[in-house]
Amino acid sequence: MSDSTPHGFHSTGAEGPAVGQDEWVARHAERRIMQGGPLGKVEDRVRAVPWWAWLILFVGLFCLFPLVETGGYVREVAFNTVLYMLLALGLNIVVGWGGLLDLGYVAFYGIGAYVYALLDSPHYHHHFPTIVSIVIVVIVGALAGFLLGLPSWRLTGDYLAIVTLFFLQLFQTVTTNWQHVTGGPFGILNVDPFGLDKHHQLATQHNGVFAVSYLYVALGIFVLVYVALRMVNNSRTGRAWRSLREDPLAAEAMGMPVNWLKLLSFASGAAVAALTGSLYAALYGNVFPLTFYFVTLITIYTMVILGGSGNQAGVVLGALIVSPLLEVLRDSGKSRIMFFVALVAGLALFSRRSPRIAIVAAATLVFGFVVHAICSAINGSWVAGEHHGGFAGFVDHWVVAPDQMARWIAPASYVGVICIALVVALLSGWKRLALLVPTLYLAAFVWENVMLSKPEPARYIVLGVILIVLMILRPNGLLGERRVEIV
Amino acid sequence: MQNFIQYTVDGLTLGSVYALIALGYTLVYGVLKLLNFAHGDVFMVGTFVGYGVLQELGGPMNPKVPIWLLITLVTLASMAVTAGLGVVIERFAYRPLRDAPRIAPLISALGVSFFLSNSMQLLFGATPRNYDLFEYHGGSLYLRGLHIAGVTVPLLRIITIVAAFVLMVILWFLVNKTRTGKAMRATSYDREAAAMMGIDIDRVIVFTFILGSALAGAAGVMFALRVPTNVSIGFIAGLKGFIAAVVGGIGSIPGAMLGGLVLGFAESYVQGYVPNGTQWSDLYVFSGLVLLMIFRHQGLLGRPDIRKV
Repeated sequence: MSDSTPHGFHSTGAEGPAVGQDEWVARHAERRIMQGGPLGKVEDRVRAVPWWAWLILFVGLFCLFPLVETGGYVREVAFNTVLYMLLALGLNIVVGWGGLLDLGYVAFYGIGAYVYALLDSPHYHHHFPTIVSIVIVVIVGALAGFLLGLPSWRLTGDYLAIVTLFFLQLFQTVTTNWQHVTGGPFGILNVDPFGLDKHHQLATQHNGVFAVSYLYVALGIFVLVYVALRMVNNSRTGRAWRSLREDPLAAEAMGMPVNWLKLLSFASGAAVAALTGSLYAALYGNVFPLTFYFVTLITIYTMVILGGSGNQAGVVLGALIVSPLLEVLRDSGKSRIMFFVALVAGLALFSRRSPRIAIVAAATLVFGFVVHAICSAINGSWVAGEHHGGFAGFVDHWVVAPDQMARWIAPASYVGVICIALVVALLSGWKRLALLVPTLYLAAFVWENVMLSKPEPARYIVLGVILIVLMILRPNGLLGERRVEIV
Repeated sequence: MQNFIQYTVDGLTLGSVYALIALGYTLVYGVLKLLNFAHGDVFMVGTFVGYGVLQELGGPMNPKVPIWLLITLVTLASMAVTAGLGVVIERFAYRPLRDAPRIAPLISALGVSFFLSNSMQLLFGATPRNYDLFEYHGGSLYLRGLHIAGVTVPLLRIITIVAAFVLMVILWFLVNKTRTGKAMRATSYDREAAAMMGIDIDRVIVFTFILGSALAGAAGVMFALRVPTNVSIGFIAGLKGFIAAVVGGIGSIPGAMLGGLVLGFAESYVQGYVPNGTQWSDLYVFSGLVLLMIFRHQGLLGRPDIRKV
């Protein structure tokens, strides 16, 4: 499932690059496949399967999911994940293909939700059929995107990022303060679910649990959007967008209508976001300004970057990882397991590169037991905050968990673990490995004692760290193509 | 007339804080051509450091040191911590991306901003912190002051304005009269050529971050002297500082000062004279800014960038 770079050289094989492909680029791509690491081999296998087979498999599995899982909460998480997948697809048009940094993206999501809420709610006593209101929502969203795109005629890069960020702030100001129309901070309540008219509506709840029909509606829309965008991407417009991303000046020199292309990418991204917004409003039945703010924006950005900006399948994968991850991190029991799974997986991944990592893992394990034994011998209350039984009980025999912590311990250990991790990043060789042992243990201590009790900031901290680390170590994300920089 | 003086003083105070934040953006942009989205959160950390030091020194009720020393110490501590923070951010989040596509450090900066604000929430909670200097000597910092045409300009305002002015003079001196300042100007003019002339670019960039972040820390304390602070203040404060920098022309140091003042006055007068101005002042400011950016995007004092192909 590749989107952004031609893979013609697969078929031509040893004869050299395909027609219209630069030799240097071809060599680069070949090297990438040779040294792709563990992910590279998987990527190659994955590429052999046609994209539609993947889509059918994926959607099929997703449709079967509610049969296995009957809990309303999990189904709702699945629905949210589909929403995020749609949002990531939309953002991918602007950021991944157009190469324009759009920080006002969630405002379009909000505009979609608000327009739907105004058209179908007791607020103005309008109850339009869903088909009509969705068409209006998409048109309004696209127009708003078009308008926001207009400054891009004159502004580039950073300036455009600021204008879009202001647009988000403007959206917030208007929705919070224009109380007659938007209901202000109290939002619009009792929004209609989808339906043909007021009497034929698709209930959002079935016997008090989340109605699974909405999951299917969302999936249907997702498939439509995915296929449509894929076709756009393979068309003239898609190629023009990518050339715009790589070098706007060269694209302009080649006679491409650069300005219109930018507007088009803003408008299509906004339309997808607005469409998603109407889904949100219909299911949850209410809209508030703060749903569509910085936090949602960063979440969607993390998905796109993690999956690989520019790669459709990648951004969907990103949404599929990040959205459940955020849910898991809400719950302390699950997020404890999550942390240790991530730790072990990370060590395993790196141990392929250097077998000494295995020694570090073992040393950390021993180190933990030693520290725990020393602490419990000195003062019983230092380990009194322990759980009994289960995974938590096992972890607490390894990590020191004080009953009551002095006020300075939480900030000191948190700042300490950040500092020591940064030092580890600077060192190399055996020093780094040696320092890694206490770092890992301290990280476990902080996770267990500081972060687990406050899931709300903790899960967003995880997002922030993912963004920074990804940009530095693997800016192309999981499935994205590494950008070829020709100097 | 009395209202006018009141609004003008408000605008001047607000404007000098905005100018200090804007200087941080402008300095970094001048040297790195990077919009440092994390700057607003560095400012927020500064307000919290100031609060912590204030409490350590006995709080406003019965401070352990004289009041002038108290305010100085609080400001200096905040500046020191934010300067360190700026250096760390530059070293670990921006330096590895210096040669990456331009979108990469921007996204990394977003991540840093998100990370900082949520870390502060994790450690100190979301409750607002109030410096509460009104407690000092029965509000003498607020009630005493300069009398102009029947309006009392509180002592605290005067301190803020004077301190901001002093900091700007120091900055002007550092940038225009020292060797490092010269290197900074050279780097911002043409980084490659400066490197070829033997200027240590890394050092210059670190120095820039120290200056910018320290100013943000000082601005944080001055801001928090007026209104309570909380962990989510960084976003909006950063945005305002940003606007000020852009209005004046990003990359231009006098521009940032001018832009901060223009923004402060604009906000203060809109809130005072326009009906419902307090609610809608953001709308007016942002719309004005978008128009300015479309028609004169180099700002008031910036020079238009010439694209070389």
